[in-house]
Amino acid sequence: MKLKKIAKHVGALGIACGLTIASFSAAAADTIKVGVLHSLSGTMAISETTLKDTMLMLIEEQNKKGGLLGKKLEAVVVDPASNWPLFAEKTRELLTKDKVAAIFGCWTSVSRKSVLPVIEELNGVLFYPVQYEGEESSRNVFYTGAAPNQQAIPAVDYLMNEVKVKRWVLAGTDYVYPRTTNKILEAYLKAKGVKQEDIMINYTPFGHSDWQNIVSDIKRFGSAGKKTAVVSTINGDANVPFYRELGNQKVTAEDIPVVAFSVGEEELSGIDTKPLVGHLAAWNYFMSEENAANAAFIKQWKAFIKNPKRVTNDPMEAHYIGFNMWVKAVQKAGTTDTDKVVDAIIGIEAPNLTGGVSKMLPNHHITKPVLIGEIQEDGQFLTVSKTDNLVPGDAWSDYLEGSKDLESDWIKLKCGNYNTKTKKCLGAAAQ
Amino acid sequence: MRNVLKPSGHWLLHVIVVLSFCFSATVFSQEAETSAEAGTTSAETISANVSNEANSQPEFDSLVKELTQGSLPARAQTAKKLAALKDERVAKIIGALQQGTLYATKDENPLVAIADEAGNYTNAISGEKIIGDTEELKRVPINNSMRSQLRTLLAQLNLTHQDATIRLDAVNRMIADGIDEDSISLLQELQKSEANDGVRKAIDSAVALFNLHSNDQQLRLGAIEVLKDSLQQEVRTALSEVASNDTDEKVKIHAQLAIKAIDSSIAKYRFAENIFFGLSLGSVLLLSAIGLSITFGVMGVINMAHGELMMIGAYVTWVVQQVFPNQIAYSLAIAIPAAFIVAGLVGIAIERGVIRFLYGRPLETLLATFGISLILQQAARSIFSPLNRAVELPVWMSGSLQINPVFSITYNRLYILIFGLLVFFALLVILKKTTLGLKVRAVSQNRAMARAVGVRANWVDAMTFGLGSGIAGIAGVALSQLTNVGPNLGQAYIIDSFMVVVFGGVGNLWGTLVGAMGLGIINKFLEPYAGAVLAKVLVLVLLILFIQKRPKGIFPQKGRAAAD
Repeated sequence: MKLKKIAKHVGALGIACGLTIASFSAAAADTIKVGVLHSLSGTMAISETTLKDTMLMLIEEQNKKGGLLGKKLEAVVVDPASNWPLFAEKTRELLTKDKVAAIFGCWTSVSRKSVLPVIEELNGVLFYPVQYEGEESSRNVFYTGAAPNQQAIPAVDYLMNEVKVKRWVLAGTDYVYPRTTNKILEAYLKAKGVKQEDIMINYTPFGHSDWQNIVSDIKRFGSAGKKTAVVSTINGDANVPFYRELGNQKVTAEDIPVVAFSVGEEELSGIDTKPLVGHLAAWNYFMSEENAANAAFIKQWKAFIKNPKRVTNDPMEAHYIGFNMWVKAVQKAGTTDTDKVVDAIIGIEAPNLTGGVSKMLPNHHITKPVLIGEIQEDGQFLTVSKTDNLVPGDAWSDYLEGSKDLESDWIKLKCGNYNTKTKKCLGAAAQ
Repeated sequence: MRNVLKPSGHWLLHVIVVLSFCFSATVFSQEAETSAEAGTTSAETISANVSNEANSQPEFDSLVKELTQGSLPARAQTAKKLAALKDERVAKIIGALQQGTLYATKDENPLVAIADEAGNYTNAISGEKIIGDTEELKRVPINNSMRSQLRTLLAQLNLTHQDATIRLDAVNRMIADGIDEDSISLLQELQKSEANDGVRKAIDSAVALFNLHSNDQQLRLGAIEVLKDSLQQEVRTALSEVASNDTDEKVKIHAQLAIKAIDSSIAKYRFAENIFFGLSLGSVLLLSAIGLSITFGVMGVINMAHGELMMIGAYVTWVVQQVFPNQIAYSLAIAIPAAFIVAGLVGIAIERGVIRFLYGRPLETLLATFGISLILQQAARSIFSPLNRAVELPVWMSGSLQINPVFSITYNRLYILIFGLLVFFALLVILKKTTLGLKVRAVSQNRAMARAVGVRANWVDAMTFGLGSGIAGIAGVALSQLTNVGPNLGQAYIIDSFMVVVFGGVGNLWGTLVGAMGLGIINKFLEPYAGAVLAKVLVLVLLILFIQKRPKGIFPQKGRAAAD
């Protein structure tokens, strides 16, 4: 009796948890469907909701221009609710039930890893807009965010050459992206002659809020008479208490600058920026970039979201580039068929929002400029360094054992992880 | 060496501000006036060094204007020229630029202004208040390399400042930047005339640091003698260099001894620091667990929505700051009673609407309240957006109390520790000394008997749950000062809260206090060795072992109340 009741409750809970936005699948056959796979509830909603809105805006804009191949585009929005297995289920639903031509989605690496087998099995296309740890190249995924060589390595170069940093704190949240990135950075720093004793690595749990002794350790580590910097892969929510503690313990950006890879305009709009002023972030796009394309994009975004205070950020730009590349590829191929689009998209160029033109590479990554900015009081960035040329994304890091021999080329090699030493393609099994 | 940077009167005021929170709103208005006065006095000390002489030399004018335009390196040069002018206004202008409070219009002949905390602008050149349109004024941008150059410039300008704390900061900054031939002559001159003990000591160590590299062995030994009591990091770095590289054996040995003495006192302070970190983590745990120790401990309700009640309290803080955007300093004094009322009312609604139908059925209560927590989270997402909201830290909550160069206590942590203890004792008084408390205890011990003697058990249930929820709301106000205010705030603390209550002993408030502080300190002593992730795991493992040994926590309930 009691068990039955519990089961009833659990069932009700399940329904509540899995509550999804009803996918509005219209009956009209003359539309091209585009899947939008971003969490609208749960922990990741904070970052991903914006990307859903960005996609809706881009699709609306394309429809105003007359759609694609003479058909209207139709967004199919699903909510994977920050639940990693649900990402795979929703992908399957989008590809089999809604038969979408392409999916734009995911934020965390673990959600992408969850989608990966499904998208490969059902031969779909996924555009992934967030900076990530690399070490992956799938035939069915296009990585429009930064690979480590487009964000982490240039940031370290900047600190090393411009700020003359000699000691390094690699601080991150304890999951795959910081761990892999820090492994690459540690190898890179050692290759540049930094000694083990001058590198301090620290991991904290998700949402860590008590930074007192870690900041105190960093302070002590930084007072050895050598210029010290913190390279932070600390994830979203833990950043506020971290920067607050830095501010309260009077660690200023002039003494120990912190360069972050996960703090952008959107995150800054939700925090009191006073303790962050002067700290750095490395991205491929800043809202403060001054050029006509960016100004138009910001204007369009503010009008679409009906809020003049909303900001734009790097993953939004990645979706902007990715969507435009996909549109061009479909126009070039004359069809939305996955195999043809995947071949057609290589070499396609689309303007980015920093005044250049990005290009899709055979390894399914794109070329991007790298920008280093200092956080200003208004939550925007003051660019202090920008690469002269666009940096091509590298799927396999050159600084990790086991990864430096791998190469990805979906045109000549037809392989995402070709080992240049053994002359063999490791195939999907090695992913 | 004690470098108390803040005058003790100021520190006392901070305490008063905190104390005011536990009093009702009527007392608050008086307290607010006192702290308002405090605010103006500190503002005056800052502006005291501005001369209001209107003898504007043309060079000064044009340099100030140049400072706001052109490339960053060029502007850094301008700042140097400006500093060489020896004008009294320079320190304030460079200070404002360094702090990011210098504003200017973007035209040929810019209007340069300094903004104060209240958002008022004064003309940087004439010192007059700017009234009217300030829309055109834009913050003068600045980057790190320029900020540190300005900091060095400012230190040299401030060496003769009339405020001793600013002079001390200036000397310490010069030590951090490294003492060279230029600065040593300046310092040696000041060494003779300096009246303040703290500042003179700092100058002594600066001079000694320079003498460590002299060619005279006696001078080097003397320098080590001066430096052996200093805890400054630069001193230790310099001494260890001497200890390993000096040409003279005697100097080497003296330096090594000095380092040993310094290290042992650093170790002592690190221990004290760890204790404070532990107590501070404990106070956060205490605040989040204390409401639960009433609803779970006294009433026996497993309330999974407890974290969301804290979230409500944090959002109330944000709303209060939005309603009074110019009164950030006092926002907490309004937010605390407001959060108590709002979270308390939500708690009563939950109790009346759902929980009262489920008394005596813990599993159903657990699931139902878990559902409520999801509903509340999603409601916060719909009402306030999924993005975090920025709750500002009042000025008196930021910064730290510097006891010496290796030991400082951050104000927000200190206040939250005091505040947590105040809430704890207030609750203890409510439960032990008031009629409501008596009825709560009566109902929780024997419901049927309490009703038989005329206690309205339903009403008491609602009030108790409301009290527990209200305290969760207050905890939310405190958390808003430490972490993000967003829909997920509650989730992060719910497990910890249950852990503390179970560890301390269900139904025992003292147990909650000891449990919270104990877990906090254990965690902070494990963290340096095990890392933050493993420390958390170890604490959980220790807790499980402890519960195996003593299933009822540190302070188990005794007598008839313990029967379940």
